[in-house]
Amino acid sequence: MTLRYLGWRLLQVVPTAAAILLIGFLLIHAAPGDPVLALAGQSGDAEYYAFVRDKFGLDEPLPVQLATYVGQVAQADLGTSYLQGRPVAEIIAERIPATLLLSVTALILSSVGGVALGAFAATRPHGLRDVTATGATLAVYAAPVFWLGQLAILVLAAGLGWFPVQGMTSPRSDATGMAAALDVAHHLALPALVLASQEIAAVFRLTRVGLLGELASDHVRTARAKGLAEWRVLVGHALRRPLIPVVTVIGGRAGHLLSGAIVTEIVFGWPGLGRLLLSSLQSRDTPVVLGIFLVVALFVVVANVGTDLAYRWLDPRVHYR
Amino acid sequence: MTEPGPTIVPGTGEVVSSGLEGMLGVPRQQVVRRLLRRPAGLAGAALTTLFVLTGVLGPALVPHDPAAVVGPSLSSPSLAYPMGTDALGRDLFSAVVVGARTSLVVAGLVGVLVLTIGMVVGTLSSWWGGWADDALMRLTELFQVLPRFFLAVVVGAIFGSTLPLLVLVLGLTSWPLLARVVRAEVLILKQREFVDAARVAGASGPRLVVREILPNALPAVSAFLGLVLAQVLLIEASLGFIGLGDPDIVSWGYLASQAQRFLRVAWWMSVFPGLAIGLTVLGLNLLSDAISDVLGSSR
Repeated sequence: MTLRYLGWRLLQVVPTAAAILLIGFLLIHAAPGDPVLALAGQSGDAEYYAFVRDKFGLDEPLPVQLATYVGQVAQADLGTSYLQGRPVAEIIAERIPATLLLSVTALILSSVGGVALGAFAATRPHGLRDVTATGATLAVYAAPVFWLGQLAILVLAAGLGWFPVQGMTSPRSDATGMAAALDVAHHLALPALVLASQEIAAVFRLTRVGLLGELASDHVRTARAKGLAEWRVLVGHALRRPLIPVVTVIGGRAGHLLSGAIVTEIVFGWPGLGRLLLSSLQSRDTPVVLGIFLVVALFVVVANVGTDLAYRWLDPRVHYR
Repeated sequence: MTEPGPTIVPGTGEVVSSGLEGMLGVPRQQVVRRLLRRPAGLAGAALTTLFVLTGVLGPALVPHDPAAVVGPSLSSPSLAYPMGTDALGRDLFSAVVVGARTSLVVAGLVGVLVLTIGMVVGTLSSWWGGWADDALMRLTELFQVLPRFFLAVVVGAIFGSTLPLLVLVLGLTSWPLLARVVRAEVLILKQREFVDAARVAGASGPRLVVREILPNALPAVSAFLGLVLAQVLLIEASLGFIGLGDPDIVSWGYLASQAQRFLRVAWWMSVFPGLAIGLTVLGLNLLSDAISDVLGSSR
């Protein structure tokens, strides 16, 4: 991968990011009433509104306002939550670790699980295990994520009592160190599984189809003829090529994963961006809602570029124009 | 299998094909027949038909007004209330049936928007080529990376959550896949002999596209439209679940959000609305997959 390509691809992020900022700007100005409300919330006093109006240059002509807005966002200033009296960026930053923990765990579970399930199904095409795995992933893929969460709570948490129903830590727990980490892991298990199950189907399908083609190919036959054990044929030879497109699917679904994480958090009371979004919606704290949109949208753009680069690195034959 | 080459349907002079390479020559009825012979195609068609019928006829068939208090609160499913009642004693079965119309309206209107924009962008892109193609495809990529769910959340938070606004946001952001499919289809189809034949016969560019190319791209487009609408329904349900549905309309996502507080005591409030969403989305996915399969396997 040449440096020139890297630079060119990163440069492509600029118009996309600009478009996202423009959308944020337009939303603020298209909002009913004074644009200051969308930046400073519904319940500020006159003095505070004057401060925000001045800071975002709301009395200037529109192009100047746009430049000011972009400048503020570039400095990670997403406005102020009047409700909490603190910068939106600060409030969002506090919630990111919890959302990241949930999303990354789900991402790992779904990648490993999806590939394993795909291999499991493809080694006996159209057999019982293939049909079962395909059917199960189709069903899970069609189910809304909040419903899977509710069912999981009904059966595994409230019903069988294997997992806690809500939250990230046990209330009134004074555990520290390893015990505290285990407590979080226990709370994490169910929401992460629910979120992962949504993503698993996409990985599964791609792995299965790729592997079906690969298992019939010459180099796999050669590997078998050498007398390699079947699992070594699978892992060392057959799985390599199908894994490349799987990477793009995982990266391309970043937005999907995050919206799923938001909803999952709300079902399980997980204290991340989802809970923040819900409480901000209920208290009409528009600056926070808008801030979450900007952060997520920009993150998705970066994730997409990262995926493209990873794809190209893994498969040097790929050329983008 | 029929022989390769375009088939002219007697009477209409219409050339039948799908774009997924090689369906030229298979009349449309035969596509439908092959579709329904597959278990997945049959199940998908059945579920989708059930959804559409419920959406159209539902409100006329339900035993109760979904907003009326008709029984004891939180009573479990029984003969009188097949899906139980909610916290106020409203009949859940009626609400689930009436909720189908909300999903159907959203899917239908978003479908029209997505088809229109996707067709226009995809056709112009492939027909013009060159820098116009590049520009339109960049625009498509831009819309493709926009996180639709979050955009809909912001718009709902700022302008209030109403059904028309929801349809507009989801429609204006869900077309990129369709535009790509249409573009790919037109690129293949415009090199076909029957298009040349029509051109030689004196058909103008727009006429070629509208009369000859787009009808033949429809089967492939419909396969992807089904997948897009399934995703749209899931997003709509999630928005309803986090409280951004239209407050004046019963929707499945809203019903499931009502269940959240009563999970431990009233499982039915979660199970039935969720099942309705899941089966509808499953139906659309199965149908779309089966269409792609039928088109692909005749290659």
